[in-house]
Amino acid sequence: MYAYDELDRTLLHERVEEFRDQVKRRLSGELTEDEFKILRLQNGVYLQLHAYMFRVAIPYGTLSTKQLRALAHVARRYDRGYGHFTTRQNIQFNWIKLAELPDALADLAEVGIHAMQTSGNNMRNVTSDQWAGVAPGEVEDPRIWSELLRQHTTLHPEFSFLPRKFKIAITASEHDRAAIKIHDIGLRLHKNADGETGFEVLVGGGLGRTPFIAKTIKPFVHGRDILSYVEAILRVYNQYGRRDNIYKARIKILVHELGIEKFGKEVEEEWQQLRDSALTLDDGAIEEVRSRFSYPAYEKLPHMPDELKQAAHDPLFERWRKNSVFPHKVQGYSIVTLSLKPVGGPPGDATAEQMDVIADLADRYSFGEIRVGHEQNLALPHVAKRDLPALWKALDKAGLATPNVNLVSDIIACPGLDYCSLANARSIPIAQELTRRFANHDTAGLIGRLHINISGCINACGHHHVGHIGILGVEKNGEEFYQITIGGRADEGAALGTLIGPSVPYGEVADVVEDIVEAYLALRYSPDELFIDTVKRLGVEPFKERVYATR
Amino acid sequence: MTSPLEQKKIRITGPSVVTANRTHDGVVIYRTPQHGWSSRLADAAIVRTSDDARALLAEAVADDVGAIGAYIAPVAIKDNGEIAPGNLREHIRSEGLTIELPVPA
Repeated sequence: MYAYDELDRTLLHERVEEFRDQVKRRLSGELTEDEFKILRLQNGVYLQLHAYMFRVAIPYGTLSTKQLRALAHVARRYDRGYGHFTTRQNIQFNWIKLAELPDALADLAEVGIHAMQTSGNNMRNVTSDQWAGVAPGEVEDPRIWSELLRQHTTLHPEFSFLPRKFKIAITASEHDRAAIKIHDIGLRLHKNADGETGFEVLVGGGLGRTPFIAKTIKPFVHGRDILSYVEAILRVYNQYGRRDNIYKARIKILVHELGIEKFGKEVEEEWQQLRDSALTLDDGAIEEVRSRFSYPAYEKLPHMPDELKQAAHDPLFERWRKNSVFPHKVQGYSIVTLSLKPVGGPPGDATAEQMDVIADLADRYSFGEIRVGHEQNLALPHVAKRDLPALWKALDKAGLATPNVNLVSDIIACPGLDYCSLANARSIPIAQELTRRFANHDTAGLIGRLHINISGCINACGHHHVGHIGILGVEKNGEEFYQITIGGRADEGAALGTLIGPSVPYGEVADVVEDIVEAYLALRYSPDELFIDTVKRLGVEPFKERVYATR
Repeated sequence: MTSPLEQKKIRITGPSVVTANRTHDGVVIYRTPQHGWSSRLADAAIVRTSDDARALLAEAVADDVGAIGAYIAPVAIKDNGEIAPGNLREHIRSEGLTIELPVPA
């Protein structure tokens, strides 16, 4: 966990009081909506179909139990008893009243969380690997760097009015769980030949209307130079990024139009002005942040405790363990993913009661810490293996032990037309129907790793471009239709999916996905060949034939 | 589809209403013939020409304290005179989500 200092706490409280005054002036008519809109957006407040939506940041996906209970409290006191975890380590509340927002923010500030820069044309929540600090083989904990960047960019005047929103993600593992290649800046922590820690810097990734996979702009930037290098990128973006056309304002368009070499040259020139300045991080500054992260006092525990051996006789426990429990860097411990994708449920939603249960279980079994992943699931990062059977029973009782992590029913979906004012089509009912079609967890296990992503419009909040199967809702003559892509991926091998053919109506989407999955099962080289690898080997044609032969 | 919130040219092809969200709590509201707002679609003022729609929208937008994001939305008038939402988006705004809430209301 990261411990905030007095400066952080003062900042949050001052920010709440500032927003309280702005809301008061808005409700009295002193501020018009045009004047107020940018202020509310900078505090994470959108207007959606039915109500205001309030987006709260969970920096680098790390939550304490106290913070999770505060989110449960906000859900219960100010909303309708649940929250929605997003694809960028945020949580959204869908029914919040403007008049009550300052109180909700004040309650969150008490536990050190906020909604600053979760919206608007500024630097958004810096995200990271939800397994940061516990993943085996990690170079080092990427959250230290996420926090340094968070501190530097929060309320930074130069980055508060960018041409468009700006997102950074950091990973320190070979397997990218932070989807860095679909971010404006992706940072991959690694060591150079001299053993120094630094970053491969990627730039210009993003989805939406014009999707791009990020390109490497510099293979190695020393850790001490990361603030100046990121600032150089932002300065070039601020100077050349388009402000006249919202659809061309993201940095990905600038990188694409200039070309990565020219863009890189501009950044390099800017960086030469900035490096070796006050932005250079000395060891003391890095250590100061590092020292504010606390790590559990792990016990020395056996690799295979008796409790686990005994529980292995229960096939339901074993199925969950094999699916949802992952190796930890410390012997005797595990990382446990909590699926927020129950059969028939809206992806990523958790009730206030579930949040409280998770907080209690995290206190008992995970040193009081919870993580949030971009796949819209949660994780307990420090569970002793001996505690897994007891944890599983408690999770199962709370509907949080669905053994479908990384399987076909572990669907990423945006809120879609049920909530969102931008959406053209619904996402959640499509996801719910698919989870029912693939409700048999044994069958899903045989299908293997398969990521379905659903977006209700081209803004791509459900990351459909990088789903192994991507589903995009469009509107045709007032009806909901869906384009299907296959072959996308969001990890270190990030790729955009390929459209398989004409869009299909709402009622046929689940049938089409079943056809695609059946085609895969017939075509795969062996049960070990993942869906994504079969698509890579064969291309989209066999899947297209299967889907459209009878349509 | 362009969001109705970004409506620039106003041209209606059938019966329409002006809808918005209430400023203090975001609740969906409709402009009424009495120059006020109602959370019931049944109470909405119906316009049938672009000029009337423009005028009703101008009146709604002028109430910046009471409502935000006002725009013109299509409706259908049933044989019994009942007003029904004219598309799925408006159906969802008027009738609520097409899914069950995680916590029953």
